Amino acid sequence: MRTLVCIKQVPDTKNIKIDPETNTLIRQGVESIVNPFDLFACEAALALKDQLGGTVTAMTMGPPQAESALREVMGLGVDDAGLLADQAFAGSDTWATSYTLAKGAEKLGPFDLIVCGKQAIDGDTAQVGPEMAARLNIPYVSFVRRIVSCDGQEMTVERLMDDGYDVVTFKLPALVTVVKEIGEVRVPSFKNKMKAKKCPVPVYGAADLGAEESSCGLEGSPTRVVRIFAPKPRDNREKWEGEPEELAVRVLKRLSADKIITAAID
Amino acid sequence: MNLTIDPEICTGCGSCEDTCPYEAIEVVDGLAVTNESCTLCGACVEVCPVEAITLPPKTAESQPDTGDYKGVWVFCEQRRGQLHSVGLELLGKGRELADQLGNELVAVIFGHNLDGMTPDLVRHGADKVLSVSDPALEHFTDDVYGQVLSSLIKEKKPEIVLCGATALGRSFFPGVAAMVGTGLTADCTELAIDPKNNQLLQTRPAFGGNIMATIVCPHHRPQMATVRPKVMRKPKPREDRGEIVDLRLPQGVEALSRVVDSIEETSQSALLAEAEIIVTAGRGIQDPKNLDLIRDLAELLGGAVGATRGVVDSGWIPYAHQVGQTGRTVSPKLYVAIGVSGAVQHVVGMQSSQVIVAVNNDPEASIFDVATYGLVGDLFEVVPAMIQRLKSAQGLG
Repeated sequence: MRTLVCIKQVPDTKNIKIDPETNTLIRQGVESIVNPFDLFACEAALALKDQLGGTVTAMTMGPPQAESALREVMGLGVDDAGLLADQAFAGSDTWATSYTLAKGAEKLGPFDLIVCGKQAIDGDTAQVGPEMAARLNIPYVSFVRRIVSCDGQEMTVERLMDDGYDVVTFKLPALVTVVKEIGEVRVPSFKNKMKAKKCPVPVYGAADLGAEESSCGLEGSPTRVVRIFAPKPRDNREKWEGEPEELAVRVLKRLSADKIITAAID
Repeated sequence: MNLTIDPEICTGCGSCEDTCPYEAIEVVDGLAVTNESCTLCGACVEVCPVEAITLPPKTAESQPDTGDYKGVWVFCEQRRGQLHSVGLELLGKGRELADQLGNELVAVIFGHNLDGMTPDLVRHGADKVLSVSDPALEHFTDDVYGQVLSSLIKEKKPEIVLCGATALGRSFFPGVAAMVGTGLTADCTELAIDPKNNQLLQTRPAFGGNIMATIVCPHHRPQMATVRPKVMRKPKPREDRGEIVDLRLPQGVEALSRVVDSIEETSQSALLAEAEIIVTAGRGIQDPKNLDLIRDLAELLGGAVGATRGVVDSGWIPYAHQVGQTGRTVSPKLYVAIGVSGAVQHVVGMQSSQVIVAVNNDPEASIFDVATYGLVGDLFEVVPAMIQRLKSAQGLG
């Protein structure tokens, strides 16, 4: 079985803060990491490989330094990788990204299965995986928490829903996006890390993929960001200082008087 | 394509360098220059105090005649014969947008045996309900739902199509956008019509909720967005006046996957989403044993227990309790944040609560920026005092 994992290098958003003076992002000390959900995607693909044999390929679209993200997942046991890098890809929204990734999957493939993380932590859209599947015209299931069975021809998975979960069966080739519950990510092995250092990572531009430049990057993106701003503060706020007992009683009295809580506080 | 930085205007102030999330712009010899990491995200364009930076212009493209597309559609999700409340919330917002555009509001619903649910959609503001009832739609699959909706969109050409950002909506809407060939904005928290050009302004949190971005889809139709549950207000029901149109499953729909089982689980996180009162623990509680304080207060108030990502990542409480960007979005009547610093990732998940109470000993904590009542004090003194007072009010102490 041949599996493709799509990954993204992202700024570690946990450490991003807004400068209240200027309303801008403070980026100092923010590192680039492999999108955490994509590590779960690698784990899912590698677990299937452990079970069924075959190969796992990683692919990313990004600037040249995204190569380090590919080498990182090769340390987990991913066999080979491809980097889609071209200035023509800059400014892609999810639609243009999914176009480029679909072209990449055709170039590097064919694959029986494509695995993506449920979303990237910088954009949080969860759109690229499904859009890519729709472009490749293959079935997809999002938010997969468990692979129930897979024989290389057909696959059954549990998909997380808001009110429980569904068990879904489909034929391969297909695409799934996975959530954290899919399994704990393995620790990179020394042997794989050494291999990852030496393994060539081919780079593909728009022309190599046979991608239309007008469908890539900012040019190929239907959506535009027109404004970026800091979340706005709430109106009518009160800040109280004082003795703990006094604060406790004061807030409970107010909540009780406003019928927010049912307890009668006098 | 690259950013254009006007060397005559650039002052080398470095605002762009500080803002760029990708380390793609830096000041060299007093001028900002970009490198190959630039994704043209536009963050620097916005912060440049002298407007020296511009995104590359869009070259001419074959544009569909956007004028052919009319009407606001809301896809209303149902599971097991129950309407999801986000659909009704969106009918409220959709009514506003449709009135502003002078067009009709259409509710779209898929499933099998929908007659019990369609009148409710009319009562919540729909001028028309497009109801597709078929055994093939009884269970949700991305491929069948996706094919049916994209076929309806291609035939009827709505201007705007909205859906709740639930697991179902976030999964199948991207497939629809790709099949139709238009843009999609995920997880919006605000929608408005730009009075200048009638475009839909779609606002959503990005970068883990640290910034808000307003996004438009200027040249493609329909304009599609998913919207977070509990952000828009559900409209008051009114007298019926809309029309219910029963449609057949379009020709050529092919199932690529099938649901073999569907298990309902009322999880902790589902309870959290429905709770009227939530008491949330932040890392300020210092030790997992202090969660008892939070639980006691929640119990006395008749509420549920929430937690920040920090508390969950420390392994003090399961993920199902997590409120925020990567947890649940909640909107209770009362939200009590105890020892919560107020990281934006947390705030985006609770800021639409009706009343927010925060207890924190740091008067500068950013949670106070959203708290209706901010209590500056030691939680280990304030919370026990609240518990004591509630107990005596309930005749327990």
